[in-house]
Amino acid sequence: MAFLQKFLIRTLYAVILLAAVLVLNFSMMHLAPGDVADTISQSMGGADEEVLAQIRADYGLDQPFLVQLGRYMGNVLQFNLGYSFFYNAPVTDLILERLPATLLLVFTAQILALGIGVVLGVISARRPNGIASHFVTMLALFGYSAPVFWTGILLLIAFSLKIQWFPVAGMRDVTIEGGFFTHALDVARHLVLPVITLGSLFLALYSRLARATMMEVLGSDYVRTAKAKGLTEREVVYKHALKNSLSPVITLAGLQFSAVISGAVLVEAVFSWPGLGTLAFQSIIARDTPTILGILFFSALVVIAGNLLTDLALRLVDPRVGGKR
Amino acid sequence: MRTLFKGLMTATALASMMATSAIAEEPKQGGTLVTVLGTNVRNLNSAVQSGIVTGFPGAQLFASPLRYDENWTPQPYLAESWEVSEDGLKVTLNLVKNAKFHDGTPLTSKDVAFSVDVIKANHPFKAMFAPVTSVDTPDDYTAVLNLSQPHPALMLAMSGQLMSIIPQHIYGDVPVEEVKTHPRNNEDVVGSGPFKLTEFANGQHVILERFDDFFIEGRPYLDKIVMRIIPDPAARAIAYENGEVHMGAFELLPRIINRLKKVDNLTVTPDGYGAVGPLDWLAMNTQRGPLKDVRVRKAIAYAVDKNFVLKALMQGTAVESKTGIHPDSPFYNADVEAYEVDLDKARALLDEAGYPMDGDSRFSLTIDFGWADVKPQTEYVKAALKKVGIDVQVRASADFPTWAKRMGEMDFDMSWDSVFNWGDPVIGVQRTYISSNIGKGVWSNTQGYSNERVDELLEMAAVETDKDKRKALYDEFQTIIADELPVYHINALPYHTVYNDKVGNPPLGIWGTSTPIDMTYLKD
Repeated sequence: MAFLQKFLIRTLYAVILLAAVLVLNFSMMHLAPGDVADTISQSMGGADEEVLAQIRADYGLDQPFLVQLGRYMGNVLQFNLGYSFFYNAPVTDLILERLPATLLLVFTAQILALGIGVVLGVISARRPNGIASHFVTMLALFGYSAPVFWTGILLLIAFSLKIQWFPVAGMRDVTIEGGFFTHALDVARHLVLPVITLGSLFLALYSRLARATMMEVLGSDYVRTAKAKGLTEREVVYKHALKNSLSPVITLAGLQFSAVISGAVLVEAVFSWPGLGTLAFQSIIARDTPTILGILFFSALVVIAGNLLTDLALRLVDPRVGGKR
Repeated sequence: MRTLFKGLMTATALASMMATSAIAEEPKQGGTLVTVLGTNVRNLNSAVQSGIVTGFPGAQLFASPLRYDENWTPQPYLAESWEVSEDGLKVTLNLVKNAKFHDGTPLTSKDVAFSVDVIKANHPFKAMFAPVTSVDTPDDYTAVLNLSQPHPALMLAMSGQLMSIIPQHIYGDVPVEEVKTHPRNNEDVVGSGPFKLTEFANGQHVILERFDDFFIEGRPYLDKIVMRIIPDPAARAIAYENGEVHMGAFELLPRIINRLKKVDNLTVTPDGYGAVGPLDWLAMNTQRGPLKDVRVRKAIAYAVDKNFVLKALMQGTAVESKTGIHPDSPFYNADVEAYEVDLDKARALLDEAGYPMDGDSRFSLTIDFGWADVKPQTEYVKAALKKVGIDVQVRASADFPTWAKRMGEMDFDMSWDSVFNWGDPVIGVQRTYISSNIGKGVWSNTQGYSNERVDELLEMAAVETDKDKRKALYDEFQTIIADELPVYHINALPYHTVYNDKVGNPPLGIWGTSTPIDMTYLKD
């Protein structure tokens, strides 16, 4: 019962949060001078006032602020995210078109970074002053401090231009023909460089955190007890210590879901990855309010879902979490 | 009845065939051309969406009455011939009889009349068809445009992407004003151009394939065109270099242009931008403070070194432009005041205007910029004017709409600005200088410039059908604006087209990629 109650309260918070995100952002977008009519006219090479007025009237931008806000919130309540002025398409369609690409990129990068990060962290924690440990530290520092657009361009120059292993941009090569397998392989080829770029950032975080918590756990009493029992080093590390050192890493991974959009924007821009990050960036530039708000709405949903998943994962590795049922 | 370009018309199809036979190599049939676009396409229907991005796919999907060769001479396209009446008030188009839309429906004069209505109701360039009062359709293959006044600008306005003929049976199901949001603008698009739409995934690509029933026999040469959307200029550059992309246009960054010029199998050319006519200039608000005085504006022109902009900032990729008309246009007048750098003269002019040095400056001004690419130019203006005692503060705008709002409301002293000619001066030049267009949004006469003679010249040139007389009027206009400096013209935007050795006959005419590329082919 307590669990259900907790769940309901959290859902309520989530709804309030979503509403706040929308109202606040709608107001902020409205405060800035100029609007989407200007960017539409820019895309058309200029338009006179009559045409601008027509565009504003068409999209209801000539209405008072509260009327616009009320209309928008009314639509959202009916699960209608509105119509993109700039792309001439329903916002939900735009987002659903782009969402899979972003999820594919971010999840692949996250999972690989998490896996490799934990392994690297554990390796370096076992011999904190060994060569391997220093190498991991260096790698982590480099991955964390190098700006992603720089890493991205460097990888492109190395692996798309000098050694032509991977394609420059996009998610698939439309000129190739073949079955599902050919296309999946093609997407995988396009995915490699963006995943390395985005993953290197996450990898740094995970490997450092895993190393730190692992070292802490290895110094704890029960590990000494386990060793005293005569278990091998390997059994101690992988059976006992690892599980206990994982929960901070999983918490961090969960928090990183909030970086789904923000982290992907730059990587998507460099690799012309047709995802939500690119769409978000372009709609902000274009002042396409309905699209921006729609993306924020979706990212808020992703963050909330991510937090819930994190909770579940923590329950699995650490029975103390949410234990009283 | 006086027939314009009559000789040319009798030779109808021959003209364009000769253009291709001039190329030594025989065009090859087939192949997939991979090209690139720098931004998303907002709308594929070029009858309601202008601009350089829609121009490329738009001109492949939709045909226009005329097309132009490299020498600004109109060529037949959907119209196999055309006549302008003696008084200039009737333009008769004789359409080809075998033109079909991609769904098989024949294209008729009704579609021409419908398209003119749609363009008039939706297209942002109101000046193009404003004098067209009605379109008569005496038979299926004759369309007569009735004009309220002679309108020589119509010739260019009937070419490129500006007059896309769209099918009435597809787009006629809504009132004409609503065609701009018609669902068929982005999917299942039906035109009569050389290529038809296969797939449009916004943010990713536009895929077109050969239209087998295209009205010009044997064309187009290509089987398929893939337009990839790659917004990052550095990634585009790598795609040209490693051969993933055959061709792209509107490359703008000097650093990238110069790098690509060194690549062996690539050609990088500034040809093909005369009609789009992109210009960079320093706008000055002639209604504010010291800038009201023409001597102050001249002093600024003498203090700002164009060569620094051309050589240091543009790294030699851009050419000088002295007036509001693009240097490639036949109407360009190079013989106007050029303002060679002369700091003493600048200081003397400022003294004369009543702004002596007071401490270490005379007065202060602001300069705006609308996008990050041109920030260095504004920083340079600040440094250059410091030397003659004008304090300049560079004012950044958060984004394009913020800047556009400031410009539209004339809330600025100086600004770096880029404005396009869009073919005839009536369409894209007049708007900056005519006094009836003061402060009507961004890219209007935001300088608040007003000169009776300029107004008179622009109005006379707009209705003058004799080419030489028209040129003389525009020459005088350019002399006056170079003298009075509502804007100080600096350079043409360094747009470049990049293509690799496999591309035969790339589109380098006056409209660049905003033309049908039915004559472009891929070599072995």
